[in-house]
Amino acid sequence: MASKTEISTATPAANTRPTPTLSKEEVLRYSRHLIMPEVGMEGQLKLKAAKVLCIGTGGLGAPLGQYLAAAGVGRIGLVDFDKVDLTNLQRQILFSTSDVGRPKIEAAADRLRGLNPDIQIDTFETMLTSANALDILKDYDIVVDGTDNFPTRYLVNDACVLLGKPNVYGSIFRFEGQATIFGYPGGPCYRCLYPEPPPPGLVPSCAEGGVLGVLPGIVGAIQAAETLKLIIGNGEPLIGRLLLFDALAMKFRELKLRKNPECPVCGEHPTVTKLIDYAEFCGVRGEESPAAESTVPEITPRELKARLDRGDDLYILDVREPHEYQICNLGGHLIPLGDLPKRVSELDSSREIVAHCRTGKRSAEATDFLRKAGFRKVLNLKGGILAWSDEVDPTVPKY
Amino acid sequence: MAVKVIIPTPLRPYAGKQESVELKAGTVGEALSALTAKFGDLKKHLFADDGRLRSFVNVYVNDEDIRYLQKDQTPLKEGDTVSIVPSIAGGRRR
Repeated sequence: MASKTEISTATPAANTRPTPTLSKEEVLRYSRHLIMPEVGMEGQLKLKAAKVLCIGTGGLGAPLGQYLAAAGVGRIGLVDFDKVDLTNLQRQILFSTSDVGRPKIEAAADRLRGLNPDIQIDTFETMLTSANALDILKDYDIVVDGTDNFPTRYLVNDACVLLGKPNVYGSIFRFEGQATIFGYPGGPCYRCLYPEPPPPGLVPSCAEGGVLGVLPGIVGAIQAAETLKLIIGNGEPLIGRLLLFDALAMKFRELKLRKNPECPVCGEHPTVTKLIDYAEFCGVRGEESPAAESTVPEITPRELKARLDRGDDLYILDVREPHEYQICNLGGHLIPLGDLPKRVSELDSSREIVAHCRTGKRSAEATDFLRKAGFRKVLNLKGGILAWSDEVDPTVPKY
Repeated sequence: MAVKVIIPTPLRPYAGKQESVELKAGTVGEALSALTAKFGDLKKHLFADDGRLRSFVNVYVNDEDIRYLQKDQTPLKEGDTVSIVPSIAGGRRR
């Protein structure tokens, strides 16, 4: 094998830190960067010296990790505690079907090392918490937030502001995405835009959830682009700019983000000077379950099956959405939860009603609503149609 | 003034599934009142019990955050776009 020839633009320097150089193979690998004046050798060496932490290796992390590795970012940290699940593969294209059950961090690291064996991949198979965040983030220059819940968003934001590191933010919902850069010194942070999270349960997620698989692919790639631009120091970064993307309309819009001088974290007189309990901040202390779920009368799937087999006259009320009914159903009468107040007259209060949804959360609200409306005989199917599939009839597909 | 109010995805189910609504209003406050008068279910998602806009919902006139303009007194011109932008965090089911 021919020995590698080191190529460097560094002048013999007075500084003591070794300047990264590119091997002959690297020059070939990154040639399409090197021949562009916007990147060039100078930009590529900056990429090689850069250290980027990717929080989350899911929908957003998949394109993000791949494009950062492909671009030659010298050190990439990956944080994820989760295992690959079949339902991930609709959008988390870093993984293969054979990875189902594996820790995401292992599968991700393998894939990225295969793409680019010259870079350093650090893995943190842990949930990011107030106890470990500052420690994990401290060695990196840039943090990219690819997480999927509000407590972590606020944790990452605050940690980045406290450490003075830019936070390349991307988020998605169904077919819409947002992207911006928070925490850049002098720029706004997440709390400048959203001082407080929505209380759990107010923005319903069961019925309104789901995501177009390709959407995080687009938003994650935008996050990768912004990260590369920050490293290279070229182009107009999304600092102070909120990019909104609608995949269905295929439209981009942009809103101005301002730094809030009264921001509790990055403002002139910050009140948050260390990491807090983010679960408590977001109101998700303990296991999230709306109050209704624990206080309404319930029936388990096995009990329901037994009563139906006995010939009991039960009225099955399905409070899911029409498109869910098409996936699987128990033959119930469909009134989506949101329509229930308007359509309550379709129900006969003299009959015994069993309300169900996918997991039992929405139907708990429906049961609570009906009981408060004067229906005496309403039961919530505990665990929903998912539990029915698990405990009574495995031919019912889960989703 | 005839303005367009853009409804974000999470709130479309409460606005008759529409992605935008044309309204007549002179200020942002009037536009939001007209919106919630038309779609009652939207009210609790946009406003807290004390009548103030919820803090995880931001409102923009064209590309400017109303908090840096005149808040709900921000005047509207013919053809302005009012955007409602709630925080989204994607993925995790709750």
